[in-house]
Amino acid sequence: MESSKVIHAFYNDDEVLMDAVKAVKAEHHHIEEVFCPFPVHGLDKAMGLAPTRLAITAFFYGITGLCVAIWMTNYMMIQDWPQDIGGKPSFSWFENMPAFVPIMFELTVFFAAHLMVITFYMRSRIWPFKEAENPDPRTTDDHFLMEIPVHNNVDELTALLSKTGAVEINVVDKH
Amino acid sequence: MYQFSGKLKTFSIALIILGALGIALSFYNAPKTIEDAKEILAHQSSSHGDAHGAEHGETVKDEHHQVEGVSHTHDEAVNHSSKESHVTAEEHGENHDDAHAEHVLHQLQNRPWAAVYVALFFFLGITLLVLAFYAIQRVAQAGWSIVLFRVMEAITANIVPTSILMLVIIITSAMHMNHLFPWMGEGIFDPTSPNYDPIIDGKSWWMNIPGWTIRSIVYLVIWNTYRWFIRRNSIKEDTANDGHKTYKKSYNVSVGFLFLFMLSESMMSWDWIMGLDPHWFSTLFAWYVLASLLVSALTVIAFTTIYLRSKNALPGVNDSHIHDLTKYMFGFSVFWTYLWFAQFMLIWYADIPEETTYFVARFNEYKLPFLGMVAMNFAFPILLLINSDFKSIPWFVVIGGIVILTGHYVDIFVMVMPATVGAQWGIGIPEISAVLFFIGIFIYATFSAFAKANPIPTGNPFLKESEHYHYYNIEHRGEGSSDHH
Repeated sequence: MESSKVIHAFYNDDEVLMDAVKAVKAEHHHIEEVFCPFPVHGLDKAMGLAPTRLAITAFFYGITGLCVAIWMTNYMMIQDWPQDIGGKPSFSWFENMPAFVPIMFELTVFFAAHLMVITFYMRSRIWPFKEAENPDPRTTDDHFLMEIPVHNNVDELTALLSKTGAVEINVVDKH
Repeated sequence: MYQFSGKLKTFSIALIILGALGIALSFYNAPKTIEDAKEILAHQSSSHGDAHGAEHGETVKDEHHQVEGVSHTHDEAVNHSSKESHVTAEEHGENHDDAHAEHVLHQLQNRPWAAVYVALFFFLGITLLVLAFYAIQRVAQAGWSIVLFRVMEAITANIVPTSILMLVIIITSAMHMNHLFPWMGEGIFDPTSPNYDPIIDGKSWWMNIPGWTIRSIVYLVIWNTYRWFIRRNSIKEDTANDGHKTYKKSYNVSVGFLFLFMLSESMMSWDWIMGLDPHWFSTLFAWYVLASLLVSALTVIAFTTIYLRSKNALPGVNDSHIHDLTKYMFGFSVFWTYLWFAQFMLIWYADIPEETTYFVARFNEYKLPFLGMVAMNFAFPILLLINSDFKSIPWFVVIGGIVILTGHYVDIFVMVMPATVGAQWGIGIPEISAVLFFIGIFIYATFSAFAKANPIPTGNPFLKESEHYHYYNIEHRGEGSSDHH
């Protein structure tokens, strides 16, 4: 099947890669994936990827953490085992609120951070002991790899990619 | 080169004159005698209804011994529950109305002084923190901010007039021409005097008029000397062409200044602000004042930059520089809140009378400004400026900045006023004219200094980096994506 064929173009510099991505996009070719040894700022924009919605989830996770903290401090310190906080036995959550602010802050951060990381893992389909998906081990060292699906245009793509400064171009079957 | 336009110059001079007239008027209107104060009091109680008047009668007995004694603040009462003060209270029990009127008279006489002092401290502090922020950029050898150097240098020109006026306040305070600092009152350090205050006497190794005056002058000299030197050297860098020898000299002096700045800023906040409540102390107070002034300073840098950019006077500045300044405004708003709350929570938690007095005075008579500023300095900037896209849009920065600056003016107001004017506070002619006066001075000093030097520090080795600066996550409006890498 022709459509399962992809081109792997290798680059050894992030600046060259960025220009290559822009050149390929300018010719209206679809870039399936770019594998990098480190994050390249602005690459997502150049590839035309939709902006991440991770920040929105983080906001809601933070709100969840805040609510959990309020519920938890109220249950533990006021309802279940009423505490005399700082010599002010008012037994009201609101009047003791300053004492709970650090807890509310910490749990907001805790929930936002951990759930955001877990969301990112799930969304990227990675988990412990998962086998790596990157097609070439050099992308974990010093090479960048651009993957472009082929639609009866191998020669055209190869010509374009070699102009962009690729150090190696392979046509491979994708399983 | 930028031209300080005649229109702006006229505007700033008009503000200075208007402010000066207002300040003069409020000094003129301050009551001179106890009779004037009584009249004002009578007017207040009739307009506030009977309940307020009755309340006055109740509280006078508790508080009037400090009228005779040390200070004009209510919160000191706690520390005075010794026998002597009760005896005094008995003695003067009959004419407590007079005592109260005298107390109010002092507060009313303090008001124009305190109004000028709040605005002066605010503007001097902002200018000082711009200077310190600038020194940090030099010491860190930051690349992004070079195109903003001349803006920051221009703002620091304001340190000369504000320091001179601060010197006037220092000298008049030391000569007892005003009563801003209660510990400077008569007989405070004299065990035979009825005004003797053992707590303040215990601090007399630090709190004494000669020491205070000398320290205050030393702070001003340090700041002005560095400002004078770094401005001169910075302009020299433009044409020096000496293998960055001049540049390195600026670096070395800035390191020294930052060290002296941290010491002098801390002591300044004790001497000039914490000393207004001489019984009270807080170990993180210097940080708290620093945070308030730093966030205001960054807002002022952002405002001046946005204004000059709109006049096409800053060719090197792009949206990423504005974005960074706004990030600092956002971040230091959170930092200020952290310190404000840390100070409050520890004192609230421990509930020790000598510490809580500070907050009791503020919760009793300053509830609206005291809690309102938390909304202005924390909630509003957080909600407005959290969005990354908004941080480089001038409108959002200006709206956020106006609220931040107003909020931090209120912050300084609430630091100074409870101890100096107590319940007699207000936002009226004295306060507004003082602010207008200092805005006028600020505009005049800043823009005339900016017009005197090349807006781009051409001799700085990081200039190229600063001009190419692009925060990857935002688009520069009016530019193609290929303009920067």
